[in-house]
Amino acid sequence: MAASTIELKIKRQDGPDAAPRWEEFSIPYRPKMNVISTLMEVRRQPVTKDGRRTTPPVWDANCLEEVCGACSMIINGKVRQACSALIDQFEQPIVLEPMTKFPLVRDLTVDRQRMFEALKHVHAWIPIDGTYNLGPGPRVGPNVQGVAYSLARCMTCGCCLEVCPQVTPTSAFVGAAAISQVRLFNLHPTGRMHAGERLEALMGEGGIVDCGNAQNCVHACPKEIPLTESIAAVGRQTTGYLLRRLFGR
Amino acid sequence: MVAQPKTIVVGGGLAGLMAVIKIAEAGIPCQLFSFVPVKRSHSVCAQGGINASVNTKGEGDSPQIHFYETVKGGDFLANQPLAKGMCDAAPGIVYLLDRMGVPFNRTPEGLLDFRGFGGTLFSRTAFAGATTGQQLLYALDEQVRRFEAEGLVEKFEYWEFLSVVRDGDGVCRGIVAQDLRTMEIRAFPADAVCLATGGNGVLFGKSTLSMVCTGSAASAVYQQGAIYANGEFIQVHPTAIPGEDKLRLMSESARAEGGRVWVPRDGKPWYFLEEKYPKYKNLVPRDIATREIYYVCRVLKLGVDGQDVVYLDLSHIPAETLDRKLGGILEIYEKFVGDDPRKVPMKVFPGVHYSMGGLWIDYEADGSGAIVAGSPRNHQTNIPGLFAAGEVDYEYHGANRLGANSLLSCFYGGMLAGPAMVSYARGLERSCEAVAPSVLEAGRKRQEEACNRIYALSGAENPFVIHKELGEIMTDNVTVVRYNDKLQATDNSILAFMDRWKRIDINDAAKWANQAVSFTRQLWNMLEVARVITLGALRRDESRGAHYKPDFPDRNDAQWMKTTLATWTPSGPEFRYAPVDISLLKPEARKY
Repeated sequence: MAASTIELKIKRQDGPDAAPRWEEFSIPYRPKMNVISTLMEVRRQPVTKDGRRTTPPVWDANCLEEVCGACSMIINGKVRQACSALIDQFEQPIVLEPMTKFPLVRDLTVDRQRMFEALKHVHAWIPIDGTYNLGPGPRVGPNVQGVAYSLARCMTCGCCLEVCPQVTPTSAFVGAAAISQVRLFNLHPTGRMHAGERLEALMGEGGIVDCGNAQNCVHACPKEIPLTESIAAVGRQTTGYLLRRLFGR
Repeated sequence: MVAQPKTIVVGGGLAGLMAVIKIAEAGIPCQLFSFVPVKRSHSVCAQGGINASVNTKGEGDSPQIHFYETVKGGDFLANQPLAKGMCDAAPGIVYLLDRMGVPFNRTPEGLLDFRGFGGTLFSRTAFAGATTGQQLLYALDEQVRRFEAEGLVEKFEYWEFLSVVRDGDGVCRGIVAQDLRTMEIRAFPADAVCLATGGNGVLFGKSTLSMVCTGSAASAVYQQGAIYANGEFIQVHPTAIPGEDKLRLMSESARAEGGRVWVPRDGKPWYFLEEKYPKYKNLVPRDIATREIYYVCRVLKLGVDGQDVVYLDLSHIPAETLDRKLGGILEIYEKFVGDDPRKVPMKVFPGVHYSMGGLWIDYEADGSGAIVAGSPRNHQTNIPGLFAAGEVDYEYHGANRLGANSLLSCFYGGMLAGPAMVSYARGLERSCEAVAPSVLEAGRKRQEEACNRIYALSGAENPFVIHKELGEIMTDNVTVVRYNDKLQATDNSILAFMDRWKRIDINDAAKWANQAVSFTRQLWNMLEVARVITLGALRRDESRGAHYKPDFPDRNDAQWMKTTLATWTPSGPEFRYAPVDISLLKPEARKY
């Protein structure tokens, strides 16, 4: 429904140690606006609804096409990408908050470094011999490619961690994203040769046994990655790996 | 002779990451700086694919044909040895990406699948759904993470490049950068530095580019003496989805997979590209398709509902085929517009997409025109020790880039720049460690003072408003159709913006995660390059590739088959012109 203004309520916080506060903005409605374009509008005229001048709000965004994963935030209580959040689909006021499972930086920005560390921890790569010319890679059937592609679209946005009850600011659980990446690399013919390294990484503290099977992750994923299938598949792989290790391959 | 040199790469997109991989593979440590976590770089936005003449479809394609079409597509403004090197290397590059695990689409036999693209009649484009750039970037990101885990690569994410440090001889000896959280400004010594900082579309306001693509880093080194080449050549992609915050790309692959462009005329669809170009149809090169769409909308006034909109129609293709080959981009249209492109034609219009111009770089070719591998001249700017690769450099594409050649040029550029940096650094007589600390400190201090001046801005202007106005006037006057009087008026406006910049109210004193300060600095840098683009266009009185002047409608090889070289001076860019290396292919008329 078209309204003449968009009512925006933003949770502001100057830094990790500062107290949070709420600021409300009223900005002119234009068709097809998304949350990012309303934030841009606020930046061009940083005055609250009650006429107070304020600093421009701080947020993370880059591609605005939902492929970079930068602009995750909580919008009307649900975590998602702000770029694909079209104003017409939301009840007003539209309430913007930063994600809660990551250290806060400022306003709507948080530090998701733990996700990149998790990718390092699980060896989320294909260990190639080198970048010189060694001819084509292994053949892969279209069906396997289809599964790999669906997993490879993970943009490390953090939505799956935000909704996971097992992930807290202090917990060690790597979360669904990293587990799903293990499935991706263990699926590749070359990656499979080193599957054990990745499974070992998931068998320690913060690994796959920390999953509480709440299944929130798969519903929160903006790319519809089959995260619960990945967790189940990697769970089976770790069991098999453990048995093979116990009984000597 | 420096045994263990220090290297810095700025920018973590495809080109930067590939340079890092090449450096690390040589066993040399590398510091990688990026404004965003590298996995969020703009390369993720590339959709359609990467070109390589592997000829798996029995069509008789070859790297030589790819090379010819690249040079012809660029209207004979590209230096030919580098373009040839790139096309020759392309099949090996795609194989390497395949080995890294990129989930390229496959044929039933399990081989790499290829599709057609603009400016060619061959199936030459390897693709991973319609998010090929994302998949390629991730593959390189993973390889770099592996080197990071081994301790060879050190990442500085959320750091902004401010300047290079030049010693008394003008040699690049490091960089100055700012931590975007603590706002600390630091100098980092290095023997070789590579900028891989991407394009500058954001200075056109709304474009298909990501928010980081302000071109600020390139502008900073231009203001320090680096030559900026062919700035006036800006690619406007024919099919983008108009939006309030940006223009979202609708990949050329949509047309490669059978998408048709039309407008209603006399109550019937008029497929104007198919009618005018019966051979290439909807896959004429981008500059041509863009001009035709402009003509239909602006001159014939036949845009859909009288607006600046044409239809891009996929609705006649089976939904299953579309999902498999174009999934990612259909999802973008559905999410951001709300209509299903499997059922209704998409509404699109041209949008600023790519800068063919950029930092001038050198190369070394042998007598036969082959690039000399490992030569320190490859991808080096005119500032010794400063290299550039990716969209930020001016090479490969001439006056217009062919679709699916950008991922390739980024990758190939990084492959050349990394080894060039290593051999340059190893050949230095004294390492950056021997440079007096006062040289680095002076560079750091200069940036700190500049930053303090931004903090002190207390006028009445808003930097984001100035940026919006800059974007509007640049888009109106310096994109598809260019007139000299309007170009001159645009430069006058840019000068007025520069004046207003000095009266900005920064309105945020925070010494922590201050985006206003960073953006204001980048805005100045955008204004400097906007002048290079506008004045370069004003001077070039011909039409070539993406640069089109109705008052000078023909290509003029006698006068203008030249590279534009802009050098910064306090009173604005100074222009010189250099011959183009056409040693391998003879220029001919560009007909499709």
